[in-house]
Parts: sequence; C-alpha cells; structure tokens
Amino acid sequence: MTLDYTDFAILRMLAQDAGQGAGAIGRACGLSQPAAWRRIKRLREAGVFGGQRLVLDAAGLGFGVTVFLGVKLATKGRVSLDDFERAVSAIPEVQTVEHVLGLYDYRLRVVARDLPDFERVLRRRIMTLPGAGEVEANVLLSEERRPGPLGVGAPGVG
Amino acid sequence: MSGLGYTDVLSVGQRWFLSYFGVKWGRSCVRKPLCGEIMLDDVDRRIVRQWQADPTLAPADLAERARVSVGQLARRQAKLREAGVVKGVVGIIDWAALGYAVEVSLRVTLDKTQGAAFDEFIAGAREVPEVIEIQTFLGRVDVRLSVIARDMAHYQHLYRSRILVLPHIADIEALMHVARIKSDLALPL
Repeated sequence: MTLDYTDFAILRMLAQDAGQGAGAIGRACGLSQPAAWRRIKRLREAGVFGGQRLVLDAAGLGFGVTVFLGVKLATKGRVSLDDFERAVSAIPEVQTVEHVLGLYDYRLRVVARDLPDFERVLRRRIMTLPGAGEVEANVLLSEERRPGPLGVGAPGVG
Repeated sequence: MSGLGYTDVLSVGQRWFLSYFGVKWGRSCVRKPLCGEIMLDDVDRRIVRQWQADPTLAPADLAERARVSVGQLARRQAKLREAGVVKGVVGIIDWAALGYAVEVSLRVTLDKTQGAAFDEFIAGAREVPEVIEIQTFLGRVDVRLSVIARDMAHYQHLYRSRILVLPHIADIEALMHVARIKSDLALPL
C-alpha cells in the first residue's frame, strides 16, 4: 500500500482523536469531506488502525500506582506458555501483557490504587501464577506517547 | 502542526513518590481518596466500563450495554469529559501494517551524576521519529524507550546512529518484542 503525506496527516489526526469525522479531517488537510472519507476508509481497510482506546484519568479515578513487571518463567518447558498467558491476562489489574525476548519472558503493566494495593496484587495474583519465577518491578513516574515515524523516511511514501 | 503526539504524563507516580518519602504509609491512608480523586456513582461506572471495553460502539449500543437511556448516556458522557475523567478517544496505529515489523524495548540506565541527564536524554529521544514511547521509572531502570524499525537491519542502523549517541547513557538493555497478548489498558473499575 502506498501512502502519501496526506494519508500520514490523517493518521496523525485520528491517532490523537479517533472521534473526528471526515468533515473535520478534510478541512484540516485541505480535502473535501467525501475525499477525506474515501481516504479514511482506505486506511481502515488496509488495517493501519489497530482499534481505538478510551483515555481515562487513572489518577483521578484513584489508581495512583502503575508498575511495570519483568517476569521470568521459572520452569520453562514444564509450564505451557498458553496457561501462563491465559492466567495473567485474566487479572483485571494487569493492563498489558507482552511476550518478549531478552532478560525477561514477559512484560506486564499493572495498575493499582496505591502501594499496599499493588503489593496485594503482586503477592496474591502475580506470584501465584503457574510458572512465574523471578520478577522485577519498576514504578512508572511519567509516560509520553510519541506520534511515530509518520512522515519523512517512512516506508511506502509515494 | 504542533502537538502531534498524544502526551499523557502520569503525575500519580510522582505524587506517590513524594508521599512515599514524606509520609509514612499506614492502613489509615489506604482507601482515603487521593487528592483530586473523582468519585463515580454506579451509573458512571457502568458507562465507563462498557465504553472502555469498546470505544467504537454506537451510542445506542453503548447505552443498552450500560443499561441507561441514550439521553442519559449523552449527559453522563459530557459530564465525564468535563470532569476530566475521560480525556478522549485515541486511535491506535498498527505499525506492523505500516511496514514496521520490529519493536524493541530499550531499558536505559542514565549517568545520574549529571544533573540534567534525564531532561537531556529525553529531549534527544524525542528527536528520533522511530521512538514511539518514552517512560521514566523509579527502580532499576531509569527510562524505557519503545523503538520500531522496518527490519533488523534498520533497527541495527537506528540503534547505532540514533540511540547510542543519546546523551548520558550508562547502560542499556534490549527486550525484543515477540507478541502482544493483552493491550487494552483498561482500568479495573
């Protein structure tokens, strides 16, 4: 699929606010509403959008602590990865589960109300997972999502 | 165009950091609302729960799942946005579909004897378009960067020419991303 700079501009806008209509996007990119709509449709059909996410004020809702855990499986081979993944994904406080290669096998993002609440989740839910071995915790202080390479040097620029 | 990226600074961690060192933690402060905590009622909670589960739902479907009327839903949604509980709905870009097959998590330890190490490193990382996420931590890791690349050769090039030249790096570890098993980022409300 060949994308041009207008497509990248549309992607950037929808990444920031997925609720925008074709009219608003067209006005910002110098396109008519039907032209913008056709481009958005083409991008959606190409699978460039991996969905939408509601951004909530975690702190405002009382979730004061976000911790990233690096988890090493203790008994590789004896515990099925599927079992571990299924069990860890079912924990409501675990927001993301990533399978990685390197120092750890899995990277988890865990949200909790405060430190005692995090300790409860860690002891009762994470440490008891089938096969969970060494765990490293890092408390998130700040986080910033960047727009990414939507422009110069990106692949497929026409 | 300015403000292209979506920036979300979690001040909570910092708040926790301060209270951790300033105030002793005891059972008494466990469920006391944090300063500025917004209390939701059951209706709000139902709406937010269903809304975050699928932000693409049409209002009529969302109202049905949250067991409210469409009018009530619209009023509550407006109130939630106004109170800042809901900051917006962002689109998630599928980088693999755009030709970026490689994702690496770089865990960086900085030379903290340099006072401006954090600021200068982060300012430098922001200049690299392939860095899609920057997080700072309290723990063994100081900063984590998510870096995407078209293939391993491209990653190798980025790593050498854009990442290793960033200021104040004391140590760097890479985790290569294999699969994303869960990524909804939902809050357990």
